[in-house]
Amino acid sequence: MPIIILIVIAVAVVAVVWAVLMYNGLVQARLRTKEAWSGIDVQLKRRASLIPNLVETVKGYAAHEKETFENVTAARARLQQAGTPAQAAEANNMLTQTLRSLFAVAEAYPDLKANQNFLDLQHELSDIEEKIAYARQFYNTNALAYNTKTQTFPSTIFAGMFGFQAAEFFEAEEAAREDVKVSFTPSPPPAASA
Amino acid sequence: MADSIQSLHGEPGEPVLVYDRIGKNKRQTWLMMLVFVAVVGAFATVIALLFGLPWQGAPFVFVALGAYAMISYYASAGVALAVSNAHEVTKEQEPDLYRIVENLSIGSGLPMPKVYVIEDSAPNAFATGRDPKHASVTATRGLLDKLDHNELEGVIAHEMSHVGNYDIRVMTITVVLVGLVALLSDFFMRWAWFGSGSRRSNDDRSGGAYAILIVIAVVLAILAPIAAQLIQLAISRQREYLADASGALLCRNPDALARALEKITADPEPLQEANKATAHLYFSNPLRDHNSFLNGLFDTHPPVEERIRLLRAM
Repeated sequence: MPIIILIVIAVAVVAVVWAVLMYNGLVQARLRTKEAWSGIDVQLKRRASLIPNLVETVKGYAAHEKETFENVTAARARLQQAGTPAQAAEANNMLTQTLRSLFAVAEAYPDLKANQNFLDLQHELSDIEEKIAYARQFYNTNALAYNTKTQTFPSTIFAGMFGFQAAEFFEAEEAAREDVKVSFTPSPPPAASA
Repeated sequence: MADSIQSLHGEPGEPVLVYDRIGKNKRQTWLMMLVFVAVVGAFATVIALLFGLPWQGAPFVFVALGAYAMISYYASAGVALAVSNAHEVTKEQEPDLYRIVENLSIGSGLPMPKVYVIEDSAPNAFATGRDPKHASVTATRGLLDKLDHNELEGVIAHEMSHVGNYDIRVMTITVVLVGLVALLSDFFMRWAWFGSGSRRSNDDRSGGAYAILIVIAVVLAILAPIAAQLIQLAISRQREYLADASGALLCRNPDALARALEKITADPEPLQEANKATAHLYFSNPLRDHNSFLNGLFDTHPPVEERIRLLRAM
């Protein structure tokens, strides 16, 4: 009898330890994903904070391009209201598109293109875009690791029991990474503004 | 943190987890410090006894060496940077390099390391520090001038991988501990074989002391290759292959990393600021003299052709 009791106790102890490890693994993976998300969030906030200044600068030269400004401002507002990674990704891609048309508009105004403030903003935005791409890479790797844990046996049992939900990926638009690479060219030297 | 890079293949068929690498590197650092204290302490004790000093001094020697090893743990990164004549740069001074380091630290989830530059036209780079929070990445002026943006990114990604898996801890402490032994043996050997002749004619010391010096020189001659082997132990080739692989994964551009390796090896200039104690830190072997026996032992890097082949196959 005592031997059987001992075996039962031993099995119970092993099972509890195993369960705790499994649970902690899930918590850790979720925490890493959360931390990685803040890496993207910081860059998105930086990006959004540059937009009003950029719009004002362009307005000074091309006041009648109202629709472009409205689109950019609307995309920025959506980015700031985004609650989930997927929403933020969508809003951010929209902002990228509207900014592209804003910069296309700027092409038609040589004085604007020579404006130092404009050049600085343009350069900083392309830097942020590149950083978002890297932060996205890190976040998605962590989200994938976490999701794999929540969806594969045996940790999926605990994920279901304790409400570990799969993380959303931060999807960039098609070939965003390549775009970023190409756009990263240092802005022309300030001498051009003379 | 860097654990997100799930698994990489080092030697064929042997998957390596980044977690495992970190643990192994931390253990190896302790081992390195212990071996250093034991070997150098034993050696110093023997010398002291040969000179007729009391044996009671031995414990103090070991304590002092232990203290030296502990100080090295904290100070070796600074030493490595100082002997390489590296100077720290700001974002304003080197915007491109700084941005690349920033981006890759974001991409790997590591804290932003300090950025250093060595004013030398030979292209090369290294990372140092005791952990990712106290890390720095150094590039030579030649690297910044000769590589394009993507290639530079590849090299820095390789270095950031060394930072992330704690390679830097072992590699850096090696500079001060084993490097010191290697340099001392070099010095003693030269002194004993070439310097002692003139010295003996100058002051007519007893022949006994001279014989002891010869013994020291012989022992050091044996010790130097052992030290070199220890460096190799720490700087296993797998470490470089792994950093190439995870670096390529980080910058998503193995081709650029392969091109950078080609450019750096094709460059004929030796790096003036590198020496035997720091050579193993670098991205690519900075010493160009591979002919002598001793330098063969100090061959700290895997063959470049093999590294390029593996990168191209990714």
